[in-house]
Amino acid sequence: MSTELTGAEITVRCLQKEGVDYIFGYPGGAVLYIYDELFKQDKVKHVLVRHEQAAVHAADGYARSSNKVGVALVTSGPGVTNAVTGIATAYMDSIPLVIISGQVPTHAIGLDAFQEVDTVGITRPCVKHNFLVKDVSELAATIKKAFYIASTGRPGPVLVDIPKDVSQHKTAFAYPEKVSMRSYNPVTRGHSGQIKKAVQLILGAKRPMIYTGGGVILSDAATRLTNLVRMLGFPCTNTLMGLGGYPATDKQFVGMLGMHGTYEANMAMQHCDVLVAVGARFDDRVIGNPKHFYNEARKIIHIDIDPSSISKRVKVDVPIVGSISDVLDELMKLLQAGKDKLDQSALEAWWTQIDLWRARDCLKYDRASTIIKPQMVIEKLYKVTKGNAFITSDVGQHQMWAAQFYKFDLPRRWINSGGLGTMGFGLPAAMGVQFANPKGAVACVTGEASIQMCIQELSTCKQYNLPLKIVNLNNRYMGMVRQWQEFFHGNRYAESYMDALPNFVKLAESYGHVGMKIEQPGDVEGALKEAFKLKDRLVFMDFITDQTENVFPMVPGGKGLSEMILV
Amino acid sequence: MENEAGALSRVAGLFSSRGYNIESLTVAATEDPTLSRMTLVTVGSDDVVEQITKQLNKLIEVVKVVDLSDGVHIERELMLIKVRAVGNDREEIKRMADIFRGRIIDVTDKSYTIELTGTGSKLDAFIEAMERSTILETVRTGASGIGRGERILKI
Ligand SMILES: Cc1ncc(C[n+]2csc(CCOP(=O)(O)OP(=O)(O)O)c2C)c(N)n1
Ligand SMILES: [Mg+2]
Repeated sequence: MSTELTGAEITVRCLQKEGVDYIFGYPGGAVLYIYDELFKQDKVKHVLVRHEQAAVHAADGYARSSNKVGVALVTSGPGVTNAVTGIATAYMDSIPLVIISGQVPTHAIGLDAFQEVDTVGITRPCVKHNFLVKDVSELAATIKKAFYIASTGRPGPVLVDIPKDVSQHKTAFAYPEKVSMRSYNPVTRGHSGQIKKAVQLILGAKRPMIYTGGGVILSDAATRLTNLVRMLGFPCTNTLMGLGGYPATDKQFVGMLGMHGTYEANMAMQHCDVLVAVGARFDDRVIGNPKHFYNEARKIIHIDIDPSSISKRVKVDVPIVGSISDVLDELMKLLQAGKDKLDQSALEAWWTQIDLWRARDCLKYDRASTIIKPQMVIEKLYKVTKGNAFITSDVGQHQMWAAQFYKFDLPRRWINSGGLGTMGFGLPAAMGVQFANPKGAVACVTGEASIQMCIQELSTCKQYNLPLKIVNLNNRYMGMVRQWQEFFHGNRYAESYMDALPNFVKLAESYGHVGMKIEQPGDVEGALKEAFKLKDRLVFMDFITDQTENVFPMVPGGKGLSEMILV
Repeated sequence: MENEAGALSRVAGLFSSRGYNIESLTVAATEDPTLSRMTLVTVGSDDVVEQITKQLNKLIEVVKVVDLSDGVHIERELMLIKVRAVGNDREEIKRMADIFRGRIIDVTDKSYTIELTGTGSKLDAFIEAMERSTILETVRTGASGIGRGERILKI
C-alpha cells in the first residue's frame, strides 16, 4: 500500500502526470490546500492573473496555440462566476480546457455557505462535461477523465469542482493509465462507404468548393487539407475559426467567407455545385439565411467529428462522421487513384468565373487617406512580422480587419473568440499564447472598448515579463456597434461612443510597459518596427484610426450570402 | 444512462436550453444498479427528433439512445385517480373502473382511489369518462416504453 496523499496533493500530482507546465489561476479560501501544494513543487508553474475570466482566457489561448489542454484554477463562488465567460467562450469554440474550481466543504453544500454557488449547475450548459468530486477516493480518476474528455472527440472545457474537505482528506494515490467509459467513445474513423460516395461527387464536380472551419485546426489537419486541396486544384475558403487551416497566400485560397467574407468566397459558396465542408458548422455568421442558401442546388459533403453538427442548419447529402485527419487521409488515398477523372475544363471555367469575382477587389480601401486606416495598420503588421506572428484579437471591427488583412499561412496563429464573440478575450489569450510559445512574436489586435474589459492583465504581463505587442485600433467607438447603427438604425449612435478614454500611453507606462500613440499614416510602419524590436518589453500601440471606417463586404443579418453590401 | 446524480438535470437542461419540449419523462434504476433507464416523450419533426437524438448522445452520461417510435413498441403509463364516490355513483364508478381494467386500491365512505395502467390515451379516455366534478385528484407517471418482441435496448 502506497502512502496516502491529500486531495490537494493528488490534484497537483495529477497535473504533473498530465504533463501540465502552466496553470492560470487565482486563489481563495476553497482552494487554499491546492495552492499550498502548488507552492511546494515547481513542475507545474502557476500564473497569477488579475481576474478569473482572464485565467480561463489565458488557458484557452495556451490551448489554441499549442494543441495541449489548457488548465485554470479558481476558487468557489465569485471565482467560478467570474470564470464563466471564459468557460463559455472556450465551449463555443470547442477548446480543450480543464477548469479546477474549489467548492465549499461537502457538509456545507446546499446550506448557502459563504462563497457557495451551484458550480456544476451554473456551468452545465457551457461545458462539455463537469464533475463534483464528493470523495477523495474518486479524485484522481475524475481528473483523468476530465483531461480525456476535454481533449478527445469534439474537444471542449471540462470542469472539476473540488470541495475544500475533499482537498484535505487523504487516500492512496494511483493515477489511472487509461480511461474507459461505456458512455463516451468518440468515433475517429469515417464510414468507408460514405467516403467512397464523397469521392464520386468530388470527381464529378464542375464547380467545386472546399469550405473549412475550426475543426481542421483542432484536428491538426492543416497539412493534410493543404495537400488535398492542392492536388485537386479546387478553390478553398476558411471560416473565421478556420483561418490558417489553408495557407492564405496560396492562389487557391479565396479568402474568408461569411458575414464579412470576401466577395469571391461568398459567391463561390453560393454558386458551387459540389461543396466539401470540413470541420465547419454552417452557422448563421457563415452562410447567412439558409433558405437563400438553398436557392442554388448543390451537393454537400460534410466531414465532422460531431454528428450533431451535421444537418443541423443545412441538410447535407454525404455526412461523414469522424476525425478530420483520419477522413482526409482516407479521401486522399482514394482520390489519388482517381484524380485523372477530374473535369479539368469545367474547373478552368470555374476559376475564370472566380477570378472575375476576385477582380471586384472587395477589400479595397482608401490607401491615400491622411487619417490612419485600420486596414493599413493590419497590412503593416503583417509586413513587419513577415506573417509569422501569433495574432490574438478582441471582438469588433478590428477583429474582422485582422481576419481579412493578416494572411495566416499556418494553423494556430489566429486566436479569436469566434463563437461567443467575447470582448476582453484578446489580451489574456495573448498571455496564454506567449506562455505556450515563449520565443514567438505575439500581437493582440484590439479596440479601445474591448481592451478595457480585461485591461487589468497588463499587470500580469509585467509580473511575468510577457513582451506582447498590443495593437489598439482606436476609433473612439464600439465600431462594430456603430456600423450596425449606421446601416440599420438610422445613424442613431446609441451608447456606442467611447467617451472618457484613458491616456493609453500613460496607462501602459504606469503598468511598467512601453506606450506609443500613433496618429499619422506615415508613422504606422515605423512604430510597429520599433515595437517589435523591443523584444523583451510589452508595447501598447495606440493607433488613432478613422472613426467612420466600416467593415466590407457585409452580409446583413437574415440575408443570403450573395446579398453582400460592397464598398 | 449512468445512474449518477446530475444525469437527469443534464437531460432536462438540454431540452430547455435547445427549446425542445418534454411531454413526459420517467426514470429509474434498472436491474443493473449502475444504469438507469429513462423514457422521454417529445414531439417534433423528423429533423428535430434527429437533432434531439444526436444531442442526447453527446451527453457524457447517456449510454444509448433509441427512438422507440421507429418500430413497434409498447407504452404504459400508471395513473392514480381519486374520485368522489357517494350514493349511486359508487356502483357506477366501480363499473367504469372495471371496464377500463382499473383497480380500486383505497376506499373511504366518500371516495375511491383507482389505479389504472395503459397508454396515455387510455388514461385520457378514463378521465373523459368520469364526471369532471367527481375527480378529486390525479397523478400520472408519464409513459414508460419498451420495444416489442425481440427488439432490445441493452448495453
Ligand atoms: C462582452 C461583450 N459585450 C458586448 C459585446 C457586443 N459588441 C460586439 S463588438 C462591440 C464593440 C467593440 O468595440 P471596440 O473594441 O472598440 O472594437 P471596434 O469595433 O471599434 O473595432 C460590442 C460592444 C460583445 N461582443 N462582448
Ligand atoms: Mg473601437
